[in-house]
Amino acid sequence: MPIVMDADRISRALTRIAHEILERNHGIAGVSLVGVRSRGVPLARRIAAILNGVTGEEVSTGALDITLYRDDLMRSAIGPQPIVRKTEIPFSIDNRTIVLVDDVLYTGRTTRAALDALIDFGRPKAIQLVVLVDRGHRELPIKADYVGKNVPTSRKESVSVHLSELDGIDEVVVEAGE
Amino acid sequence: MDAVVAATALSHKNLLGIADLSPEEIVLILDTAEAMKEVGKRAIKKVPTLRGRTVVNLFFEPSTRTRTSFEIAEKRLSADTLNVAIGTSSVVKGETLVDTALNIEAMNPSMIVLRHASSGACHLLSRICKAAIINAGDGMHEHPTQALLDAFTIRERKGRIAGLKVAIFGDLLHSRVLRSNILLLRKLGAEVWVCGPATLIPPGMDRLGVRVTTKVNEAVEGADVVMMLRIQLERMEGGYFPSLREYFRTFGMTEARVKLARPDVIIMHPGPINRGVEIASEVADGPFSVILDQVANGVAVRMAVLYLLAGGADDETVA
Repeated sequence: MPIVMDADRISRALTRIAHEILERNHGIAGVSLVGVRSRGVPLARRIAAILNGVTGEEVSTGALDITLYRDDLMRSAIGPQPIVRKTEIPFSIDNRTIVLVDDVLYTGRTTRAALDALIDFGRPKAIQLVVLVDRGHRELPIKADYVGKNVPTSRKESVSVHLSELDGIDEVVVEAGE
Repeated sequence: MDAVVAATALSHKNLLGIADLSPEEIVLILDTAEAMKEVGKRAIKKVPTLRGRTVVNLFFEPSTRTRTSFEIAEKRLSADTLNVAIGTSSVVKGETLVDTALNIEAMNPSMIVLRHASSGACHLLSRICKAAIINAGDGMHEHPTQALLDAFTIRERKGRIAGLKVAIFGDLLHSRVLRSNILLLRKLGAEVWVCGPATLIPPGMDRLGVRVTTKVNEAVEGADVVMMLRIQLERMEGGYFPSLREYFRTFGMTEARVKLARPDVIIMHPGPINRGVEIASEVADGPFSVILDQVANGVAVRMAVLYLLAGGADDETVA
């Protein structure tokens, strides 16, 4: 079970990404972060805290649940419906730059759903994408603007991001599939 | 929140009554409804979840609140909805419930929402239809989505249901809302009191695990939740009480009686309310009333039920 990122690497990657966000947007004015549930939410909060430390300005964050926008709902064989959790975006996204934060970028289908969901909340000036890990194998034309680490994988492998807020430990693990 | 761990799925294909649900399934529906409530607060109050699914609202009894609530819930989930109301349907030409249902079923809907005057009508349809059946009120039996939205409203206001004193007043004999509410509130651990005139208390009430009384003050004292049931004027020909004025004097919820409840009591009513019969206008419109919250929450709860029952591939897409 190889660990491809430990706590220290995750922390450094998020710090670098925060600085890239600042550089690309010429500061933090008009920028908000929205994390994709579940693990994008603590990642978004961590990046917001780093941005706050660097600039002294508050960066608003939200949480997006994409379940109701998934393209595989109602298509799989009879099975339980995925659990729907709350979307909480406590600010208007109109004319703001929204930085979408997710843990792993894989097929791109989650990001597609997130884009659709976000656009139902308003018309942002721009949407940018942060992922902690890009593992390849895109099925849709989607690319991240900020990447913590590119991890080449096989489709048989699975990538798990563990974060202390939810899992008690910070690490990214690649596991072999069966 | 409540001490029960949420289930991750419903074990039944239909929602026929609260009786079939486990406490964990009830909590799953309430938790899902919380997410659905947020959808109703967005600028665009619509998600694509049930695109391509058809839901038939089959109403054999008049209903404004429940039917519109289901219809809004279906539309917010992007389902195609079809309303069949008695009076404009072939039922007036003598068609039976089963024939009507088989004809609707032939058009391949995913779900049928049924309101019918006969207890057990939903169970009957569930045995002959492939579509999922959602009970929107059957006779004097159950009205599960009403009980779920009541529980949602209580949990939203009180943060829990277990351990609360819930006092329910009114026509205990004819009320399907009462039956579903008792089952649900007991499953989630509330202390339930019911109160009404002796003529409107059916035998065997105490076997449902509730306290029964004909004294309003005893039921209302220290209550966290006061739930009024509608006096069904259309069913009152049996002379259950001398007059509406006397009923109000003896059992009506007045401001003076509300003062006996806890200071943070909430007053609920499934609607439509009879002002000056079961409830005084000052109470219905007063600071403790959550009656309109109930209506708003009804949409979220019905979205949750529709979503959770819509799982898996549709037969239409497989075939």
